[in-house]
Amino acid sequence: MIQTIFKGSKKYGYWILFLLAIIGVAFICYMMQWREGLLITGMNRDVSWGFYIAQFTYLVGIAASGVMVVLPCYLHNYKAFARITVFGEFLAIAAVLMCLMFIFVDLGKPMRMLNVLFYPTPHSILFWDMIVLNGYLLLNILIGWNVLSAERKGVHYPDWVKVLIYISIPWAFSIHTVTAFIYAGLPGRPYWLTAIMAARFLASAFCSGPALLVILCLIIRKVTNFDPGKEQIRTLGGIIAYAMILNVFFFFLELFTAFYSHIPEHMKPIIYLFKGLNGHGRLVPWMWTAAIFAFISLLLLIIPQTRRKEDTLLIACISVIIATWIDKGLGLIIGGFNPNPFGRITDYWPTKPEVMITLGVYAFGFLVLTLLYKMAVSVKEEVGA
Amino acid sequence: MGVNRREFLKIIGLSALFGIGAKSALQLLAPGELEASVPPLTKEKKIQWAMAIDMKKVDDQLLDKVIEACHKYYNVPKIPGPKELKWIWKEDFEHAFPEQAEGAYVTEEVEKMHFPLLCNHCDNPPCCRVCPTKATFKREDGIVMMDWHRCIGCRFCMAGCPYGSRSFNWGDPRRVMKNKDLRKLNPDFPTNKKFPTRTKGVVEKCIFCYEKVDKGELPVCVETANKIKKGSFIFGNILDPESEIRKVLRKRFALRRKPVLGTGPNIFYLI
Repeated sequence: MIQTIFKGSKKYGYWILFLLAIIGVAFICYMMQWREGLLITGMNRDVSWGFYIAQFTYLVGIAASGVMVVLPCYLHNYKAFARITVFGEFLAIAAVLMCLMFIFVDLGKPMRMLNVLFYPTPHSILFWDMIVLNGYLLLNILIGWNVLSAERKGVHYPDWVKVLIYISIPWAFSIHTVTAFIYAGLPGRPYWLTAIMAARFLASAFCSGPALLVILCLIIRKVTNFDPGKEQIRTLGGIIAYAMILNVFFFFLELFTAFYSHIPEHMKPIIYLFKGLNGHGRLVPWMWTAAIFAFISLLLLIIPQTRRKEDTLLIACISVIIATWIDKGLGLIIGGFNPNPFGRITDYWPTKPEVMITLGVYAFGFLVLTLLYKMAVSVKEEVGA
Repeated sequence: MGVNRREFLKIIGLSALFGIGAKSALQLLAPGELEASVPPLTKEKKIQWAMAIDMKKVDDQLLDKVIEACHKYYNVPKIPGPKELKWIWKEDFEHAFPEQAEGAYVTEEVEKMHFPLLCNHCDNPPCCRVCPTKATFKREDGIVMMDWHRCIGCRFCMAGCPYGSRSFNWGDPRRVMKNKDLRKLNPDFPTNKKFPTRTKGVVEKCIFCYEKVDKGELPVCVETANKIKKGSFIFGNILDPESEIRKVLRKRFALRRKPVLGTGPNIFYLI
C-alpha cells in the first residue's frame, strides 16, 4: 500500500513540498533552541508551560476524537461509518505523533527523555500519559493498517484486530482523561483544580476532532475521486452538535462554581482571561473571539437546516475549531498560571521561533496525515468504494 | 557431574530472559521504592528539618545579606526579568500571603514586613508527586531534594509547586560570564568554585543545604542571619518536641504559607 504515497498529482507534490519547507525552517529554529535552550521561547518563571504544552493538550483531544467514528461503527453497528473509520484512525495517528513531538520540543533536557522509562514513576501522571499515548499510537497503527489492507484485498480483517478495536475505544477516552489529570490534580492552580476538567476536555475533543474530520472529508471529496459520503458527514454534524453543547455547558458549570462560591482564587483566572486583571488583559480579545465563535457554531449546529447543509456545517466546524483552539491552546495554560502563587500576573506570549517550531510540528503532523490519507484514498479508489 | 555444557547454557539463557523482565517488574513493585519518593503519612518519621523566621528580628538589610549569601554559595546567577532564578527572596505580606491579604486590616508593622520566601520542604510535596523521573524527591530527613543530573526539564514540578519556589534554567547559567550586561550583574560568577553551576534545561530550588546539615552544620541562610541578629532564623527538627524550633513555636504565633492545601509547609513565620 505504501507505494501509493509516491504517485500523485502535481498539486499533491507541491503540498508535500510546502509542508517540507515549513518543517525545514522549523528545524533550523529548533536547532537554535537546542543550542540556546528554552531561553528563545516566551515562557518564564511564572508561566512555565506555554504554547507547546497547550498544543499538546489540544491535539490529545483531536487524537481521542477518532473514537467518535469508531464507536458508532463497531459498538452500534452503524455501517455508514465503516467507510470513514480509517480516516478517524489515521487522524489519531498524526495527532498523537504531534503530541509526542510537542512534549519533546518542550523538554529542557530532551536527550534525557528516556529517564521516564529508566526510572518508572507510577505516582506521576506524566508517566501514565506516556503509556496511554504510545499505546494509543500503536493501537491505531495496527488497526488502521490491518483494516485498510484487508479492504484492499477484499477480505475481512482478522479477528485479533477486532479485539484491538474494542480495546481502542476506552483507550481513546483514557488518553484525554489522563491528560486532564496532569492539570486537575495540582493543589496550587485553582483554574485547573476542577473535577470536571476531564469531562470538559473530552467534550471539547469530541466536537473539535469530528469538526476537523468533516473539513478533511470535504477536502477529500474535492481533491480525490473518493466521496466519504453525505450521510457520514451529516451524522458527524450531529455528534459535533451534541459535543459542542456539552462543552459550552461544562464551561458554564465552571463559571457557576467559581462565581457563586465567590472564592477569589477561582474567580481571578477567569476574570483575567475575559476581563483583564491588575491592568493585564492580553488574552481578553482572544477569549471573546472564542466566545463569539462558540456562539456562532452553536447557532449553526442547533438549527437543523444549517446543520444539515454542508456549506453552513463547514462554517460551524471552522467556528468550533477556532473556539476550542483558543480555549485549550491559549486560555487553558496561560489562565492556569495567572495569577501566580503571589497573586501577580505575568504575561506570556510565544516568540517567533516558538511559533515557528509549533508550525513545524503541525506541518509534520499534516505531512503524516496527508501521506496516510493518500494511502487510504488510493485503496478506496482502487476497490471502487 | 551436575550440569553439562548444554544445560548450563540453557540456564544462563533462561535466567537472562527472566532477568530482563523481572528487573523492570521489581523496579516498579519493589517495596520501599514508592515510599522513598512519596513518604506516606503513616510512616513513622524521626526527622523533618524545618525553619522558623522571627519576623520581629529580620529587616531588609539582614534579608538582603541572607539572599546574597545563599545565591553566592550556590552560584545562582542574577538574571533580570521574568526568566530569573532565585532560591530565596523577599515578598511583602500581600504577596507572601495573597489569600489572607484581601481586605485584611493588618498592623502597620506587618504591612512593612518583608518575608523571606523559599522552598517549604513540605511534608507532602506535590513537586515530588508529579515528577516523572524522581529527579525531585523527599529525603528521609524531610529535605526536598533535586537531582540535576536526572531532571529532564519537563517543568511539571513548577506547575505542581503552589509556592512558586522553583526556578528553571531557561538558558545556560554560565552565559552570564560571556554576556556583557549579565556579566556586569554577576562580576564574580561562579562565586563558589566548590559547588557546581547547573546546566541549561533543568529546574533548581533551595535544597536546605543538605550537605551542611549532614555534617551537623546549619544552612547558609540560618548561619548568615544569626551572625547579624541572633535567633532570627531558627532551624531544627520539627518532630522533636525538645528542639529549639518546637520550643519557639510553643511560645510564638506563626504563619505558614497556604496551609489549607495540605502540603504541610515547614517554613514558619513568627509574627
